[in-house]
Amino acid sequence: MEFIEKTGEYSIVFLSNVGKVIIFCLGGVHSIFTRPFYFRQVLDNLIRIGFFSVPVVGMTAIFTGAVLVLQTYTGFSRFAGESTIPTVVVLSITRELGPVLAGLMVAGRVGSSIAAEIATMKVSEQIDALKTLSVNPIRYLVAPRILACTLVMPILVMIADIIGILGGYLVATEKLDFNKALYLSNTITYLEAEDVISGLIKAGIFGFIIAVSGCYSGFNANKGAESVGTATINAVVMSSVLILFSNYITTQIFFTT
Amino acid sequence: MTTSKRKIKLETVNLRKSFGSKVVLDGLNLKVRDNESLVILGGSGSGKSVLIKTIVSLIAADSGSVLLDGDNVTNLSSKAKANLMSRFGFLFQGGALFDSLPVWNNIAFYLIHNKYISDSEAKKIAEEKLAIVGLGKEVLDLFPSELSGGMQKRVALARAIANDPEVIFFDEPTTGLDPIMKHVIADLICKFRKEFGATTITITHDMDTVSKIASKVAMIHKGKIVWTGGTKEMYKSNNKIFDQFINGRIEGPIKIEGISEK
Repeated sequence: MEFIEKTGEYSIVFLSNVGKVIIFCLGGVHSIFTRPFYFRQVLDNLIRIGFFSVPVVGMTAIFTGAVLVLQTYTGFSRFAGESTIPTVVVLSITRELGPVLAGLMVAGRVGSSIAAEIATMKVSEQIDALKTLSVNPIRYLVAPRILACTLVMPILVMIADIIGILGGYLVATEKLDFNKALYLSNTITYLEAEDVISGLIKAGIFGFIIAVSGCYSGFNANKGAESVGTATINAVVMSSVLILFSNYITTQIFFTT
Repeated sequence: MTTSKRKIKLETVNLRKSFGSKVVLDGLNLKVRDNESLVILGGSGSGKSVLIKTIVSLIAADSGSVLLDGDNVTNLSSKAKANLMSRFGFLFQGGALFDSLPVWNNIAFYLIHNKYISDSEAKKIAEEKLAIVGLGKEVLDLFPSELSGGMQKRVALARAIANDPEVIFFDEPTTGLDPIMKHVIADLICKFRKEFGATTITITHDMDTVSKIASKVAMIHKGKIVWTGGTKEMYKSNNKIFDQFINGRIEGPIKIEGISEK
């Protein structure tokens, strides 16, 4: 009996949280498209979220590309399929690994920082102070972050794609003695625009998820230093899980069409 | 003009607010007249902060209403709420300065984002407001973290008055400051009322501050106002709760958790 009660209780809490997140999202998105706009905030966040994430995303991409070549080579050389390695690498990176790994890295770097910053503002009453100065905190804090993160993620993933392919190319040609021209032509021949575009669309969705998770967790911080920590954890967990979940959904959509 | 003849600036009618099962405001009625300086007293956790935050609609009341100049300002739309806020000034307990922005941007924040003034105008206005609270223009470009506690409070004060508010709220303005800085802040609160004609509502525990700034004192206990009166009547109130509080006695009608009466 108790088990059923608990299940019901948790289900209600879960559903009400889902509802809160959705309402929060709608509020944030609505603020992006209605005045007043805070351009300076958007610009600040574009630089903070986008530009400063390039190193971390680049590092992730180059090693992923490199390792991908080694691992596929192990398998494919067993049935003389080495010539397909460039294609496998480019498809894996553009369709899947680029967006997902960049998304997870940005979730760790940016999602956590957004959550910690907003939670600190909440705890130190700065959010209330915004309201007393007739500035809507959703407009001023949330909308610019959602906009910046959603716009900048596809650009980051584009960079990750290029660097990832480069990483693979370097290992393949320098270590495994692939023919350089052949590797490049095999990389491009079977690549279709849809492969890259689907990855970039995913990236935009992930960017949206990261910003919303960070802002939502920050806004729901209670009191004290501990709640800032909790908000940060929540932001990273929530965005990572939602990224992986939405990744499956979007892949499924692109897969069937 | 005597205080009693002035019109009522702000009024709360039957204000109620609970958090879960904890009743914080239990049908609270309060009247503040124009250009009055009301000080709200009450024990820790008695709901003083909740009261002023409910008045400025940072916290939504469960029921009851707040009247400003006779107009009901409860449950407004977010746009009307923003307009209402422009008539209020609010000093937060910890200052609540935006630590990512320099001092001038903090002070002129309301004007920058609502009146769309330029940066140079904003700096000029910030300098004027800083002068009012006794700080020089050398702090304009500093960040809040670079200021001492007393300076932060004064910058926060300058921000609270930047929109020339009609009613200013002070949430424990002198807590955590040295005795001299307490007087400086108390003097400033008096100045806002006398020179700028603002109505002030202050929460404090500090009896020196009370006698310095108050024209009227109200005591909140268990979600209700249990006593109001002028500063002169404070020590002959004949109200047991109020008497115990201002004299700091452990025995009396206010029960302190974990302390048993002899």
